[in-house]
Amino acid sequence: MASDEITGISCPVPQVSNEKITLGHGSGGLLTHELITKIFLKEFDNDYLNMSHDGAVFISGTQKLAFTTDTFVVNPLFFPGGNIGDLAVNGTVNDLAMCGAVPMFLSAGFIIEEGFSQEDLKKIVHSMKAAAVNCGVSIITGDTKVVEKGKGDKLFINTSGIGLVQDGIDISPKRIAPGDKIILSGSIADHGIAVLAARENLNFRTEVHSDTAAVHDIINKLLQVCKDVHVLRDPTRGGVAGTLNELARSGQVSIFIDEVRVKVKEEVNSACEILGFDPLYVANEGKFICILPGSEAEEALKVIRSFKYGNDAEIIGDVRAENPGRVILHTRLGTKRVLEMLSGDQLPRIC
Amino acid sequence: MKFIEEFRDKVETEIVIERILSLPLKRMRIMEVCGSQTHAIMKYGLEELLPEEIMLVHGPGCPVCVTPPEFIDMAIDLAMRKDFILASYGDMLRVPGSGKDMLKAKADGADIRIIHSPLDAIRIARSERQKNVVLFAIGFETTAPANASAILVAEKEQLKNFFMISCHVLIPPAVEYILSSDNISLDGILAPGHVCSITGYKWCENISGRYKIPVTVTGFEPLDILQGIYRTAEQVVSGRYKTINQYKRAVTREGNPKAQEVIKSVFEISERNWRGLGSIPCSGLNIREDYSRFDAVKVFNPEVKTTNENKNCIAGEILQGVKKPAECILFGKTCSPENPVGAPMVSSEGACAAYFMYKRNKGILHGQ
Repeated sequence: MASDEITGISCPVPQVSNEKITLGHGSGGLLTHELITKIFLKEFDNDYLNMSHDGAVFISGTQKLAFTTDTFVVNPLFFPGGNIGDLAVNGTVNDLAMCGAVPMFLSAGFIIEEGFSQEDLKKIVHSMKAAAVNCGVSIITGDTKVVEKGKGDKLFINTSGIGLVQDGIDISPKRIAPGDKIILSGSIADHGIAVLAARENLNFRTEVHSDTAAVHDIINKLLQVCKDVHVLRDPTRGGVAGTLNELARSGQVSIFIDEVRVKVKEEVNSACEILGFDPLYVANEGKFICILPGSEAEEALKVIRSFKYGNDAEIIGDVRAENPGRVILHTRLGTKRVLEMLSGDQLPRIC
Repeated sequence: MKFIEEFRDKVETEIVIERILSLPLKRMRIMEVCGSQTHAIMKYGLEELLPEEIMLVHGPGCPVCVTPPEFIDMAIDLAMRKDFILASYGDMLRVPGSGKDMLKAKADGADIRIIHSPLDAIRIARSERQKNVVLFAIGFETTAPANASAILVAEKEQLKNFFMISCHVLIPPAVEYILSSDNISLDGILAPGHVCSITGYKWCENISGRYKIPVTVTGFEPLDILQGIYRTAEQVVSGRYKTINQYKRAVTREGNPKAQEVIKSVFEISERNWRGLGSIPCSGLNIREDYSRFDAVKVFNPEVKTTNENKNCIAGEILQGVKKPAECILFGKTCSPENPVGAPMVSSEGACAAYFMYKRNKGILHGQ
């Protein structure tokens, strides 16, 4: 409904929204959602894209394949715990894993700003190779573009990936059902805080390392043991709260989570306190959310915890039928509140 | 986490709630002055724990919300100029001026940097000497000392390219303004602990004496706030009206004399327009004449636009605690965090934004 339909007058504070792209459109929050729906989905409209998943799953001959793409623009390029190179490989490998696929091949596209150090590029590419070897994938095609100084920010990397989905695996937000349990694979907000703390303009030192890691091996094992996993999703941009909101919307269910079961490392929590951030909305790069029937949750938890990158996994909540599209948090004090999707990025608070 | 987790403890919280329930309660309205307290009340769902006799009224203590649009316009005007960098606290970026907000100015090419401390602005000025760096200095008594220090550092280092728009506001005059208004009756006040850590709480004693109202200097964690409510309610039911300090781990009666001295040396008290409230005498801080070469408003003379706020926006009544956000016809419709009409919808400390985030769907939570 337009404003004047409600108020009978026009708003004297002129809103010039939607004219230009702001950083908020890349935050993974409501503005991103709006951009994707109104501009991309409107034009590209097809069944695969409308699944709103981390990648597309399609049949080729007798095989079920998963295909995904992701672009990495992290600043700074090097941060405690990793760099843009391993992030670009792990990120796409994880997106394939979230489709229930065994990652096979990756592409890599580089947009390099004139003047960028070759030495740094070598380090980054070396990290990509190491990450690819670790994940058992090969980077089999690529592209390089150099843009004028000032027309890019040092280096952007795009990776796309293709993987094989095993028979009997069907991962889709549409399969979420009341009674399902929600597993979170570890502590949250490490990546977002590590990157923020490493930014040049932030004179702020923490011991926080990014959690960038590939989780495909955990997923492989998990899907061997629990074939009926309904959804897998890595809570990157927008954090756990953003991801759960997307899932609650696309699955048309409500999601209840328990604040005390969501782990946040002490140093990460301290940084969030100082900045006025809610860790539930801060990005992760080596974590995943698994939603599956309640009867299989304990078994799945055991499998996930047997891996290094999953040993802090926890069942953090469940799925219910009432109030579809909502995510509700049981606070540590026993009260409840709705976890909304943020509109844009979290902004540091003044006090 | 030391000194934080202890104040979010469920068992301790339940003990304080029991104490509150044991009082011979009558209906009472208690105002939490500070936006950080409002935020915590919403975030932890504290109102759910309180008996219905106690109504919390949200006060004007969000510095982002009360910054008037003309200052935002001036900041944007300078930011859009060639070779200017505007340094601002993050949550100021989404507040609309009379035209656009800083995020949109940024998309239009303005060089606006988010800072976490005024010294970040000094660092930018040191490293980019060919540009004019303007610190958009907002906040209450809590941020004023650090902003004043930035000017002292710039003076000491002879930084010729560092400037400030001073839009500081002072809490005691605003609290008095609300108490002397006919629009609202309050039974108790939770004074803002952080402001009092600088100012001390003699001003609270003056207020409790003059307006015969109990004041409790209160911290920001759930247990602090509930203790603050208990101490206040205890006085209300027994007809007393003293100032009590709940936030002893941070606040003394005298406050922080060094910080007070720094504020006085750089700033002078002036009349200030508060967004939503209007002009309040002696409620702002301007840069003293001695430091006027750092005063971006005097040096660059940015354009001031006159603006009329949306007449349906009830930000003023919300900031004074007369109305709740849900009573506004714009709330959640024309006005949302994506498109704020009034400033309390912008900062997470603003009452409208806090309601939007945490309470808009309150109906959903019932019966579950």
